[in-house]
Amino acid sequence: MAFDHIPDGFDGEPDVLRFITAGSVDDGKSTLIGRLLFDSKGLLRDQVAALSRAHGAQSTTQDGDIDLALVTDGLESEREQGITIDVAYRYFATPRRSFVIADAPGHEQYTRNMVTAASNAEVAVILIDASRLAGKGLKAQTRRHATIARLMGLKVIVAINKMDLTGWSRAVYDEIRENFSRVARTLGIVDPIYVPMAAKHGDNVARRSPHTPWYEGPPLLELLETLDVTRSETEAFRLPVQRVLRTAQGTRAYAGRVESGVLRPGDEVLAMPSGQKAVVESIRSYDGAHAQVNEGQSVSIVLDRDLDVGRGDTLTSADALPAKSITADLCWLDETAWEKGRRYLLRQGTRTTQALIDGIVFVREMTELAEVSEASGLKLNDIASVRIKTRDPILADLYGDKPATGAFVLIDPASNQTAAAGMIREAA
Amino acid sequence: MSALLKSRPRLSHLDRLESEAIHIIREAAGERSNLALLFSGGKDSACVLHLAMKAFWPEKLPFPLLHVDTGHNFSEVLEFRDAEARRHGEKLIVRNVEDSILRGTVKLAKAEASRNAAQSTTLLEAIEEFKFDALIGGARRDEEKARAKERIFSHRDEFGAWNPKSQRPELWSLYNARINAGEHMRVFPISNWTERDVWTYIGREGIALPSIYFTHKRDVVRRDGLLMPATALTPPKVGETVERLSVRFRTVGDITGTCPVESTASTIDEILAETELSDLSERGATRMDDRVNEAAMERRKREGYF
Repeated sequence: MAFDHIPDGFDGEPDVLRFITAGSVDDGKSTLIGRLLFDSKGLLRDQVAALSRAHGAQSTTQDGDIDLALVTDGLESEREQGITIDVAYRYFATPRRSFVIADAPGHEQYTRNMVTAASNAEVAVILIDASRLAGKGLKAQTRRHATIARLMGLKVIVAINKMDLTGWSRAVYDEIRENFSRVARTLGIVDPIYVPMAAKHGDNVARRSPHTPWYEGPPLLELLETLDVTRSETEAFRLPVQRVLRTAQGTRAYAGRVESGVLRPGDEVLAMPSGQKAVVESIRSYDGAHAQVNEGQSVSIVLDRDLDVGRGDTLTSADALPAKSITADLCWLDETAWEKGRRYLLRQGTRTTQALIDGIVFVREMTELAEVSEASGLKLNDIASVRIKTRDPILADLYGDKPATGAFVLIDPASNQTAAAGMIREAA
Repeated sequence: MSALLKSRPRLSHLDRLESEAIHIIREAAGERSNLALLFSGGKDSACVLHLAMKAFWPEKLPFPLLHVDTGHNFSEVLEFRDAEARRHGEKLIVRNVEDSILRGTVKLAKAEASRNAAQSTTLLEAIEEFKFDALIGGARRDEEKARAKERIFSHRDEFGAWNPKSQRPELWSLYNARINAGEHMRVFPISNWTERDVWTYIGREGIALPSIYFTHKRDVVRRDGLLMPATALTPPKVGETVERLSVRFRTVGDITGTCPVESTASTIDEILAETELSDLSERGATRMDDRVNEAAMERRKREGYF
């Protein structure tokens, strides 16, 4: 096979933006998604007809519109209970961008599903019901959603919904905005964006509302189309090895996805955690040889010498360090609470090793967002900072710099459940 | 220390989807030891086969292809299935619903009933026979409401059942494929693809498809707003008129449950143009079995359906 050099994988086609919608029950989240899909033609005639078949009179509201909220509830038990239990993924596109919506449940007991949704998103749209909040503080659930968005490093858009029910009161909007800003400052959320809207009627969703002359920003859809979510990338290269492939000549090629950074033939790489060095001879894929690969590309890498490298190791640039002891933020996701002294399996990249939670630095409580340092346990939906020891070394990557390799999960080896989501903040 | 680069263009939508699918397929093969790739000859499974080939190139696939044949498949699709397996030099395992009926493990209400749901039994029997611990399939979240909620690595208990109310959290790309003996995983590499993405990718990559995906003349009757192929298995009812129309299939499955749409599209570009204009979803335009009630797919999946 003759190799043409492929310059890189970028070709100016529309990119994709992944966002989550989070809101407390009845904040109008499903209605907002229904509205986005409906106004961007992401909902088709038979899907609307299926709603009418299933829900009859329920599916139309007083003004004869389809009840857009029914669009997103996928499971029987969800429709029975009228709430969202698990994440539903929805897809739509405009000429400017493709979108993946992860519709996360609002109930506290399903927080783990919001964490699932957030982990693969770039933006969080947090809904607040303006009609119920005037003169009151934010709901605990809104603070929890903001906390998760911050932990996961998402850009935050606050959709202040049901503004029609406040008579489009700018004072109410400003009050909620001020309340959320305080939470954002406490948590360290940078520059949240606020949009006043009435999703049910489409105000400031796909089109600008005539009721908010005092709002200077774009409607939500335009905001999502134009938002710059490009992270300032580092050159730091990371490729967790998924598999070793062999060519007909017996050459070893290390297959994996570039999780951060850039690589070119001739670059020196380390095989972590052992730290063995080698030089990249070629970067290959089915489509040819690559002169350069960037974050997100799945390739295989041929080195200038044979190393003892396999699945679980990571090819890195020279900056990578190993660690057997880390401080991490943790979201506990399992109904079975953490048991002190138990060993869990820690998965980072393609590596799985045993891990012990060595101590709790603090658990964040959700009323004042205070850090409770005397906490002794971790249970479902707790968000905490913990110290972890691992049996084998892992990569000392910080989630804030390199989210793909700074993230890990803990798995309960007895139940096989994914017990916790972790984000490395410090490594020793 | 490493230098910061200026922001750069992001990977295109389709390249990102392709890379994600390759990553998922490699993870499945890394975490589980006895896999099979579900290959029906349909367009989604043709895409997944192509992606798997890319994932392991220059090696061959480290797992066989598996097809559960309802016995009611279009001959063009079966010929394509066999030709593709031969072309790639991959092992193809076929298990038949007919055999499950003979064994008595599948009982149909009527002899001519759709065998689509009965596939689950034959599939679970094949899993048991070969002790598969993971199956890779071409289901997409945009197809249907229950699928929109399913994880990429989806756990099946020892009855092959999906439990939608207690799915494992799925964080980042850190897939948890751990199982107990007798359980298995279903893995869906093109979960995040839409029908449009699949067609665009098929066009870009030049992936071969059975001829019935493109326009052809076929005898059909109009029934409940759908076009039903007039075949020996699906004869016209009394009072129905057989028409010979230019049609194509948007999905292919059991003959008794899959309907074509009127179309003159003979190229991928023409299909894409039609898909842009269509106001019917892929399954809504073509599948009888999903119309029974809104939760039809969810109930089938709980019973082990793919």
